[in-house]
Amino acid sequence: MAIITYREALNQALREEMRRDPRVFLIGEEVGVYQGAYKVSQNLLEEFGPKRVVDTPISEAGFVGVGIGAAMVGLRPVVEMMTFNFAIVALDQIVNHAAKILYMSGGQFRVPMVIRGPGGPAVQLAAQHSQGMESYFYHVPGLKVVRPSTPRDAKGLLKSAIRDDNPVIFIESETLYGTKGEVPDDEYTIPLGVAEVKREGTDVTVIGWMGMLHRALEVAQDLEKEGISVEVVDPRTLRPMDTSTILESVKKTHHAVVLEAGAGFAGLGAEIATLITEGAFDYLDSPVVRVTGANAPMPYAKNLERAKVPDKARIIAGIKQALAV
Amino acid sequence: MPFQVIMPKLSDAMVEGRVLQWLKKEGDRVQGGDVLASIETDKAEIELEAFGSGVLRRVLADEGQMVPVGQLIAVIAEPDEDITGLVSAAPAAPAAGAPAAPKVEAKAAAPAAHAAIPPAAPPEAGWVPASPIARRMAREAGIDLAQIKGSGPGERILERDVEAYLATQAQRLAGAEVPVGEREFEDKELSTIRKTIAARMVQSKAPIPHFTVTVEVDMGAALELRKSLNAIEANVEKLSVNDIIIKATALALQRHPAVNARYSNGQVRLFKRVHMGVAVAIEDGLIVPVIRDCDRKSLGEIAREARGLIDRARARKLRPEEYSGGTFAISNLGMFDVVEFTAVIDPAHGAILAVGAIEEKPVVMNGQVVVRQRMRLTGAFDHRIIDGAMGAKFLQELKKILENAVQLLL
Repeated sequence: MAIITYREALNQALREEMRRDPRVFLIGEEVGVYQGAYKVSQNLLEEFGPKRVVDTPISEAGFVGVGIGAAMVGLRPVVEMMTFNFAIVALDQIVNHAAKILYMSGGQFRVPMVIRGPGGPAVQLAAQHSQGMESYFYHVPGLKVVRPSTPRDAKGLLKSAIRDDNPVIFIESETLYGTKGEVPDDEYTIPLGVAEVKREGTDVTVIGWMGMLHRALEVAQDLEKEGISVEVVDPRTLRPMDTSTILESVKKTHHAVVLEAGAGFAGLGAEIATLITEGAFDYLDSPVVRVTGANAPMPYAKNLERAKVPDKARIIAGIKQALAV
Repeated sequence: MPFQVIMPKLSDAMVEGRVLQWLKKEGDRVQGGDVLASIETDKAEIELEAFGSGVLRRVLADEGQMVPVGQLIAVIAEPDEDITGLVSAAPAAPAAGAPAAPKVEAKAAAPAAHAAIPPAAPPEAGWVPASPIARRMAREAGIDLAQIKGSGPGERILERDVEAYLATQAQRLAGAEVPVGEREFEDKELSTIRKTIAARMVQSKAPIPHFTVTVEVDMGAALELRKSLNAIEANVEKLSVNDIIIKATALALQRHPAVNARYSNGQVRLFKRVHMGVAVAIEDGLIVPVIRDCDRKSLGEIAREARGLIDRARARKLRPEEYSGGTFAISNLGMFDVVEFTAVIDPAHGAILAVGAIEEKPVVMNGQVVVRQRMRLTGAFDHRIIDGAMGAKFLQELKKILENAVQLLL
């Protein structure tokens, strides 16, 4: 297995899918000549030409609309958001068109489209450019939402997202682009809607994705020294969510902690806590604990930024609260 | 929640005790475990500990006073809690310094009215805070939660509290001495697996009325079959006797589905598939990996799967789905030269098969004494759903299959 970066894994997925299927094309700001604002689309223009790697003006609502139209007539667009913060400009296209056209047309038009780009808390990008964006999308029926946390997942899930016949919101992370990990040499895909136990444990289940997942894995290692065995579950796809993997884990450990980088109110942590309460009530030994970002916009100042997002100490406190130790 | 402090029964023979000294006075804040008073029994002087936390609101027995077992001697509660009902129900304490003897006699007669209140009654009837899994475990084991002290927030009873309680009960059931006073023993924390085994065994043995039936099987045909199959070079996965027993048991269960069942809340659950649990001894315990759909798998498939599961069980690498969901279990102690034994039924099953060693012994066949390979099988069955004849027929079937083992290839 090769060890490559998250960025390279995404690039490989795009290249392989564009080679495999001539209907696949990439569209967005700076994806071509500039090679991608975060260099995910490096060398794609060179290989596939300007008809399949399309640079656009700064016009998210416009080029998401182009993507939807192209998808409706049989192409498979991959629309890049320079960052997902800008997807809010195109929210009407995404929520009211991409997600609903299959339903509104009585099944006549599918929208096999991927909207991808970085989102979530980053480093000193301030309130408007550093926030958990998934919550704006996973509430919408008709959308699938993917949050890949490792290079291996990023590649396998992006390939599945491109092959999926529904609009998929695929949110990457500025802070993970440079991280490295093992990626299989052979062709592979990872199905949407399947979670993965990233670390096995017996005492408590911690559920998290992206930066929170990596922090949870560090915490799990630290707590092992204290004799606390932490199982870490990565949902990978937030919608549809693989509830059975989460429930199986909680049925084994009897304690659950959900991590969420965004502000917790009405977040996915609440949804997962409810799923667990409904599906594993008789196995619970304590209420599900949520460890979430502070209910505030992301500050620019470094010290305040650190206070906004859950750190290891808060995750450990959450785990110990669940275990009553 | 107010806590009633009663004169404890500290030995079987104890009917009354003397309050020697109060170490806390009215108005003192006390924590669970604090020593409240010293009590003199007919045998010894013992420290009386608080079972709950709060303020020692009322002291109802004077120093030097003799008090019948079970009688209220103090109340612990929060400062704002109403305890008048508790206090007025108790006999009034005599004036300080009053001569004790006659009063005690008078009171010894009075408690007849209180005899209906068991001394071990929970501090307060009503809601006992407990986590859902603690509640479920207690329900399944038939334990009153009020007997257990919670270690969670707000004294909530947690899984670990029920486990600890069950382990203590198991120890009592086993007749273990519980020494008092001297530390002539060592308390070692049980490993998690050991705790689980302790809890599961109590859950099994207490509520399930076990009965056992034993048959002796001639293993000549089965051993012959094993030898022939293992002699085939292309067959990489060598069969063990246990693999043959697993397959034979699965067939017998298929023919006697009433044994592939479990009792559950006034119902019998008849399993449609045969998932065989195979007990594997590991360090400090045992684990029961499950081979699914044994009735539909070939001997070779069973052998291969059993080998993988057993290896991973010993390495403690089994995933939960690999040791759950069984419908029947087999425990084989043949390798320890055990001739026959009885096994404890897993609470999730209705029966278990205990397999002894294969022994060469003289047997009378057709009027001749011959040396045969014999093995004893003992089935333990849940009498709530399986009767003696049903269990016996199942074993008879199993015996027939093993003695005509070639049918396992069908």
